[in-house]
Amino acid sequence: MTLIRRILLRLLTMAITLFGVAVIVFFVIRVVPGNPIAMMLPPGAGEEDIARLKALYGLDKTIPEQFVIWLSGVLQGDFGTSITTRQPVLALVLSRLPATLELSVVALVIAVAIGGTLALTGTRMRGTRSEGAIDVANGMALSVPDFLWGLVLILLFGVLWPVFHISGRVSPSLDLPFVTNFYLFESVLRLRFDIWADLVAHMFMPALALAIPLAAIIAQLLKQSLKETMHLDYVTLSRTKGYGENHVITREALPNAVLPTLTLIGVQFTFLIGGTVIIERLFSYEGLGNMAIDAVINRDLPLIQGIVILFALIFSVVNLVVDLTYAALNPRLRHG
Amino acid sequence: MSFLTIENLNAEVGPAPILRDVSLSVAAGEVRGLVGESGAGKSMIGKAVLGTLPSAIEISSGRIVLEGEDLQAMRPRDRRRVIGAKAALIPQDPLTALNPSRRVGPQITDRLVDILGWTRHDAQTRALELLDEVQIPEPERVMRAYPHELSGGMRQRILIASAFAAEPKLIIADEPTTALDVTVQKQILKLIKQMQARHGTALLFVTHDLGVVSKICQSLTVLYGGKVLEDTRIGDFFARPAHPYSAALLAATPKYTDPAASLTPVPEAVIDGVRAEIEAFDRMHGHV
Repeated sequence: MTLIRRILLRLLTMAITLFGVAVIVFFVIRVVPGNPIAMMLPPGAGEEDIARLKALYGLDKTIPEQFVIWLSGVLQGDFGTSITTRQPVLALVLSRLPATLELSVVALVIAVAIGGTLALTGTRMRGTRSEGAIDVANGMALSVPDFLWGLVLILLFGVLWPVFHISGRVSPSLDLPFVTNFYLFESVLRLRFDIWADLVAHMFMPALALAIPLAAIIAQLLKQSLKETMHLDYVTLSRTKGYGENHVITREALPNAVLPTLTLIGVQFTFLIGGTVIIERLFSYEGLGNMAIDAVINRDLPLIQGIVILFALIFSVVNLVVDLTYAALNPRLRHG
Repeated sequence: MSFLTIENLNAEVGPAPILRDVSLSVAAGEVRGLVGESGAGKSMIGKAVLGTLPSAIEISSGRIVLEGEDLQAMRPRDRRRVIGAKAALIPQDPLTALNPSRRVGPQITDRLVDILGWTRHDAQTRALELLDEVQIPEPERVMRAYPHELSGGMRQRILIASAFAAEPKLIIADEPTTALDVTVQKQILKLIKQMQARHGTALLFVTHDLGVVSKICQSLTVLYGGKVLEDTRIGDFFARPAHPYSAALLAATPKYTDPAASLTPVPEAVIDGVRAEIEAFDRMHGHV
């Protein structure tokens, strides 16, 4: 009962947040210099042509009027038409969304796997040189941003030892039998492991570039809270029962130490999704982020709006999921 | 025959001695008090026996023998198993000694199942019996509860039940009533004494409270600066303490019969005497 009420409350605040985002993005992209009409017309077009095009796209009205028209469309599921491609924004955005979601989730999985392993190893080896090595590696991983990791990876696995593809999402020569755009997911369902391998070979480097800084943050925080937890009385008591180090770390300390890390992963995951914009561009990966950059360059106002709203929606959903997971894992919050 | 024997145990943090040639023994079924001020090393002895000394502290010499088995000579894995099967700890603070993210039941039964190889069902039955024995109402419900749903007194009862679960021959109680409410302290003390008598367990009772010692212990070891000052029967201790520090400690204990009497601190001269003894010991062992 309380859980349902809490979810409903969160959905309400989510709606308000999205409205706020819509207002801000709508006005800001209309106030900044550069306009889409100028991009579409050949040099030397007359005033009449400009006025006709403006009327066609509704840009002759005042900005608040435009906003009301756009918002009433959105509420009916119509996000407008892209100025550059002349296709419905919603269809365009949804066709690219799966690529970005797959990339982000794979990056998150890699980050949790690497970060978790490093944290557990570091805790097991605490006080030794191995722990020091892990700390140094963490520091290095953290001090370089994801897009620079992208360049480093391209140099390593694209140029010096070319084992992975450096651009695109899938080899153009492949015939794709898919009905959805979740290629990676669907290739597994259809047992098409040839396509799956090709997708992974494309996705590996951008995903790893996104994952490295997050993995370092996870490793650092989780190791820190594990080490603090290892001194607590219930961990000591567990040792007196006859349990060894591995059991004590994974069964007694980890379930409690993981809670702060979980919140952090939630926050950092939204940053990671933000990072896809540049990483997708760097690896010519056909996702939402790459589309966003094109949209901004072309001043494709409806498309920019659609993409920003979608990103905001993803962020809110991620936050909601994190909160719910946190409550599920922490018994002290469950009955609250 | 004594169940736990500690012989000439020395432990250091770097160059600084923490335990100085400590010897003591606890006979089967005996209740021995281990008293001293904070920093006297009384908890360290318990930790050394249970193998939970902080990693900075190193045992440099001496033996800890548990029912004929020399713990120092064993491989860590075997040592842990022997300790888990034969000894148990009643910790100081019940609020921090139960894992907040695990239900109570498994925290009592885990040792029986994982270390001693009982079936889940047997362990469950045993845990319910013990919870009943420590006077916890509705044991089934408590087994499914999380620690934060229970009071401090309840949690200490659960920890006592858990300590007795594997029928250990030795229990080390590390100031088990210090963190509790005064009204609860008495009940818990009585409960520990009852359980100890019923199960015939040897009990090493670490405390700074001579009042508690007089109520439940048969023998007593007095520590200062990690050195044993006196090892005696409880009757002898209260009648005629052998060491000047013991006598001063006894005089410093507040008298409930005469609350108006002012508190007597341990005299400076006595402390200086004890310090001289420790310095002499350190010189002999090359610590200075």
